[in-house]
Amino acid sequence: MEEKKFYLLLEDGTVFEGSGYGACDRETVGEVVFTTGMTGYLETLTDPSYFGQIVVQTFPLIGNYGVIPSDFESGSVQPRGYITRQWCQCPSNFRSEGDLDTFFKAQGLPALSGIDTRRLTRILREHGVMNGKLTPKAPPYGEEELEELRRFSIREAVRSVTCREPRRVPAQGEERFRVVLWDFGAKENIVRELAARGCQVTVVPAFTTAKEILAMDPDGVMLSNGPGDPEENHEIIAQLKVLCQARVPFFGICLGHQLLALAHGARTVKLKYGHRGANQPVKELATGRLFITSQNHGYAVRSDTLPREAKLSFVNANDQTCEGVDYTDKPAFSVQFHPEACGGPHDTELLFDRFIAMMEGYRPAGRQEREEK
Amino acid sequence: MPLNPNIHKVLVIGSGPIVIGQAAEFDYAGTQACRALKEEGLEVVLVNSNPATIMTDAAMADHVYIEPLTPEVIRRIIEKEKPDSLLSTLGGQTGLTLSMQLAKEGFLQSHGVALLGANLETIDKAEDRQLFKDAMESIGQPVVPSKVVETVEDAMAFAGEIGYPVIVRPAFTLGGTGGGIAATPEELHEIAQGGLRLSPITQVLIEKCISGWKEIEFEVMRDKNGNAITVCSMENLDPVGVHTGDSIVIAPAVTLADKEYQMLRSAALRIITAMGIEGGCNCQFALNPDSFQYAVIEVNPRVSRSSALASKATGYPIARVAAKIAIGYTLDEIPNEVTGKTCACFEPALDYVVVKFPKWPFDKFVYAKRTLGTQMKATGEVMAIGQTFEEALMKAVRGAEISQNTLRMEALAPLDNKALEEKILACDDQRLFAVYEGLCRGMTVEQIHQLTRIDRWFLEKLQNLRAMEETLSRGPVDEATYRRAKKMGYLDKTIRELSGGEIPFHLPAVYKMVDTCGAEFAAETPYFYAAYDEEDEAAPFIAEKKDGRPVVLVFGSGPIRIGQGIEFDYCSVHCVWALKRAGCQVVIVNNNPETVSTDFNTADRLYFEPLTPEDVLDIIRVEKPMGAVVAFGGQTAIKLTKCLSEHNVPILGTPADSIDAAEDRARFDALLEELGISRPKGDTVFTTEEALAAAGKLGYPVLLRPSYVLGGQNMIIAFSDEDIREYMGIILSHQVENPVLIDKYLMGTELEVDAICDGTDVLIPGIMEHIERAGIHSGDSIAVYPAWNITQKETQRLVDCSTKLALALKTKGLVNIQYVIHEGEVYVIEVNPRSSRTVPYISKVTGVPMVDLATRIMLGHTLKEMGWAGGLVPSSRYGAVKVPVFSFEKLADLDTQLGPEMKSTGEVLGIARTMDEAVYKGLIAAGYRMEKEGGALITVRDSDKGEIASIARLYADLGFALYATEGTARTLREAGLQVETVKKIHEADRNTRTLLESGKVKVIISTSAKGRIPARDSVKIRRKAVELGIPCLTALDTARALAQSLHSRYTEENVELVDIAALFPGGVREDRF
Repeated sequence: MEEKKFYLLLEDGTVFEGSGYGACDRETVGEVVFTTGMTGYLETLTDPSYFGQIVVQTFPLIGNYGVIPSDFESGSVQPRGYITRQWCQCPSNFRSEGDLDTFFKAQGLPALSGIDTRRLTRILREHGVMNGKLTPKAPPYGEEELEELRRFSIREAVRSVTCREPRRVPAQGEERFRVVLWDFGAKENIVRELAARGCQVTVVPAFTTAKEILAMDPDGVMLSNGPGDPEENHEIIAQLKVLCQARVPFFGICLGHQLLALAHGARTVKLKYGHRGANQPVKELATGRLFITSQNHGYAVRSDTLPREAKLSFVNANDQTCEGVDYTDKPAFSVQFHPEACGGPHDTELLFDRFIAMMEGYRPAGRQEREEK
Repeated sequence: MPLNPNIHKVLVIGSGPIVIGQAAEFDYAGTQACRALKEEGLEVVLVNSNPATIMTDAAMADHVYIEPLTPEVIRRIIEKEKPDSLLSTLGGQTGLTLSMQLAKEGFLQSHGVALLGANLETIDKAEDRQLFKDAMESIGQPVVPSKVVETVEDAMAFAGEIGYPVIVRPAFTLGGTGGGIAATPEELHEIAQGGLRLSPITQVLIEKCISGWKEIEFEVMRDKNGNAITVCSMENLDPVGVHTGDSIVIAPAVTLADKEYQMLRSAALRIITAMGIEGGCNCQFALNPDSFQYAVIEVNPRVSRSSALASKATGYPIARVAAKIAIGYTLDEIPNEVTGKTCACFEPALDYVVVKFPKWPFDKFVYAKRTLGTQMKATGEVMAIGQTFEEALMKAVRGAEISQNTLRMEALAPLDNKALEEKILACDDQRLFAVYEGLCRGMTVEQIHQLTRIDRWFLEKLQNLRAMEETLSRGPVDEATYRRAKKMGYLDKTIRELSGGEIPFHLPAVYKMVDTCGAEFAAETPYFYAAYDEEDEAAPFIAEKKDGRPVVLVFGSGPIRIGQGIEFDYCSVHCVWALKRAGCQVVIVNNNPETVSTDFNTADRLYFEPLTPEDVLDIIRVEKPMGAVVAFGGQTAIKLTKCLSEHNVPILGTPADSIDAAEDRARFDALLEELGISRPKGDTVFTTEEALAAAGKLGYPVLLRPSYVLGGQNMIIAFSDEDIREYMGIILSHQVENPVLIDKYLMGTELEVDAICDGTDVLIPGIMEHIERAGIHSGDSIAVYPAWNITQKETQRLVDCSTKLALALKTKGLVNIQYVIHEGEVYVIEVNPRSSRTVPYISKVTGVPMVDLATRIMLGHTLKEMGWAGGLVPSSRYGAVKVPVFSFEKLADLDTQLGPEMKSTGEVLGIARTMDEAVYKGLIAAGYRMEKEGGALITVRDSDKGEIASIARLYADLGFALYATEGTARTLREAGLQVETVKKIHEADRNTRTLLESGKVKVIISTSAKGRIPARDSVKIRRKAVELGIPCLTALDTARALAQSLHSRYTEENVELVDIAALFPGGVREDRF
């Protein structure tokens, strides 16, 4: 196979030379982040939280099981670029429908392989997250190109990835609850987990107002994951403050968790290089239990800024950052990690059960009561 | 919750001698556990019958018992030491089974001993097939349709119900001993019968055969709070059907999508939770490659071979963490030593892949059945780390020391396509190579997949290698191709050979760190592997650690094989420790994942790499050592000597030339003549004709062996021209670069001396005498320290000869010399100026820290400076008898007749004040049941008939009924013994075989002039004995020793239990002279 030279230029001037695949005839700029998950590349590639980013896989062999559309977490590829040490040209899995190269070409995703991904990861770990670009253009690169890279930032992230129109997903089996999933870049498995537990899920765009949501009379509101700097979302935070006045149960994941905290007056902080992978240990403070979780975030809620009614519930066992909050004044809780997994461990999927229990407490008879109303 | 306050004194049970299915991995686990316990301030009592282990060092525990691992002995140790708890999960199946027995009979409870690690209920759930099935079903985990049966009839009936093929798995046996796959009722009958007999509870599981499914393993940890994690996933290249110990394994699992991976991971966590395990556990799954259907195959509620592999593959110390959990800690309270920043409650992320390749004994045992199945046959394994599967596989294959630098196996080239297809289907140890040969001949991935069910992913990778080799073979390579070849794991040497041209330049390897976290956190692990990549992490690491201490490289001994076992790891580790104490920075290179030497805490730096010249030279380039030590890593390390010398790396200790002087026939003869020492007459030959001529001159019997080998590999005693022809045929089919040595075989008392020489003085810690006369390999002989049967004059002569030889060979360190005393005269048989198999146990019983002294001598110290002197060290208060242990039941068709070629896989030690007691303890520890009544079947070759009567009488006096084949019976009758004649197998329907099957016979003495070929009657009898578990003695001396021991007053109830930690304070004796 013809090898096409392809380059990664980081904002500090570091250059990596490898070979391109996918849509490697074009250039792409993004925030370069690494993930340590050893499986789940399809979920990563389709996770809207990676919007605006160039994702580096630290595990060297990617694409082994090919492309499996039923494992996608959204309708399309989300990162702006993709970096692997080696991609598998002959994938093997009973569900595989093709290889990454073909898939990336169709999706327009530029991808780089054959570089020292461990070196790149170490650079990102030491310097913190950096912007970079994937380009077919060989060095040298001018100062203006580096300047352009440094100027890049992910903007309007949520607006870019949220759905345009509301959509309704029926419950599996008997419908017990109706949940509004506020989509800031939701992973599809959140919908699946809720539907599997008897929830009819209405996915609404990020810029739906509190009034519109309340008009749907939900049994619970799910605040989804999503990309970007959480503090940038002023409008959503304002709407969320209004929505919080209603005593409807809330469950926030990742960006949803951060927004809920921001709506309560807490602050967020950008982590040096974030948590991305399927092996992050979190500790549940109430029980002392530890769980291995799937994570993908570059920002965290500052524990020291939480208001009195917001109680820290989970912390990261490695760096003690905030991983979850319980609200004492309303039926609401949120977590920084991904209980919906995909990819990653399913150890915390019981949090969805907790949300169901909360909705039961809020409206014990569920659907019947609502219909009688 | 930290340390459980009720725990003060812990008994740790080791796994006993090395046998197939239970090797050095338990020394690694036990050593880690002992350390983990001691650093908590707990008093540790250790019992293990294996003297060649680090864990039985006096310093590893507070009380160390090298005693037989029997329930009675453990009971007595508990009564004596009064521990409050027992750690059951770190001594393999042996430790677990013993713990379970003591718990079941109520002994532990009545003596206030708590069982740590796994409780009785847990062990039962994992070990008892029915309980396991019930437990899995209760948590909704699918198992393969199966039924526990206790009779052959029930087995047949159930198989009829579920359909053939079926797998037979005996309950409570090591490494699946006695199991197998049966495709027909006839096969089932045979396998079930064997399995039932070998199972201590006469139980086997009959299971629907799901061969062709993927085999996936998870290593799981759980603490008492219920926190549970998976440390590592592993995928077998070989689908279900081949024992995981015999499979090529890749970590992590690579062909599973996240959905399948998480499904099995969740299942593993559910299983460890439902079983209530607190510590480590191994879960094996079968996964249908065409659906999400899976089945739990097996759960091991203890650390295992797989956990050792997972530890080395990820850097996560499973045994250590399991020990901490057992004494009360939770995962979040245990720090991750690798990062120092995170805790043990996390799942390692790999940024490389690991391939494990088994080491089988078939190169030695040419007549043993090579087919792989549910019964493990490998004696050891290598692990390799790479950035691609191709690279890791190539490293593993060349590291396995099977004369393969690529996957192209010369021996397969002559097979026609049909024969090759059969070879691929046969599923033996060469299958990988047969598959590769198939690809080279144009078979497609799909064809091979259909034949083998090996996942296409693996086959495509082999196809990549094939394509690369094809490119290389087109001629001199350009830079791009060369780089690609290097990344796929090819040596420069191989690239030159394949391309027939010079390489464009030498691409140096860089070294990457194994850090458990995919570089997410800054780690300080001194654990590296080579890669062909951009950034080198070793050089900056070395620069940072630079502190003026000289750097010394120590080479390990590679995979465990017969003849080169755990003893060499013991020596390597002690060498590392001694160098560290002497102020050196020590770097170890080894590729055996089972060992203590490849624990990244052992040396200052660990390179997990194959021990080949090219792999080693790149390490030398980055480390720039002051010198290298090859003396402790067996033949594997010695083989590097030449390359090191050529590259001007000083060899510490004995100069390389001395090894040559000892091996080169002409030089050695000249030396002996100069020193006035005799040796059996002999010659050096290269061809069959030369061998026949030499034998004619020397007179039969003669001893044949290749030069420069260890463990008596391919060594035989030839009695006739026919033997010589057969032998030379086999030896010449291997790549032989060195000549074959042919010697007159002298029958007499065999003695062995390990000495330490500093160039001026020669210290001899002790002289060992073999119970079996010369002719049986020293590794297979029962060896007694101190020698009991030699005169003062002979002793003096041995000391003189040893001193002269050590000095003349310019030995700086250890030397092992073997002698035979024939008609009053001392002859030298062999001199090896390096570490030997006997060093660990002689160090332990004599209190002479042999490796430590030898290492410091290598650095320039003298014995005198260290407070020692030359000469024979006075005998210790306690003597020791080393008894070999075999794994014959694992190796079908292998003749058990002992001879000059080593066959044992491990050894045990009996320590006592008298020889009789030590022999008794040694035999018990080696698994002899010491039954004092029943039948004795005797069938010996003519040359043994002169002596057999006196031995038979010993058995008759004990009350044994004697049975013998015709010739032997005549001899015994003539001596006035009562004996029943038994026909040979081919002579009658009622014959030796039916006699054995009747259960009357409790001991067999069988020697034959000819052996090896499975079809021979004598071999059949000996194999039958193995199958039936009847002790079969193939040397008259062993038979006599056993009979005498049966006559002695010793029993398991009255032998003295010796705490060797109390013999010499700090393991070193003070009464030196």
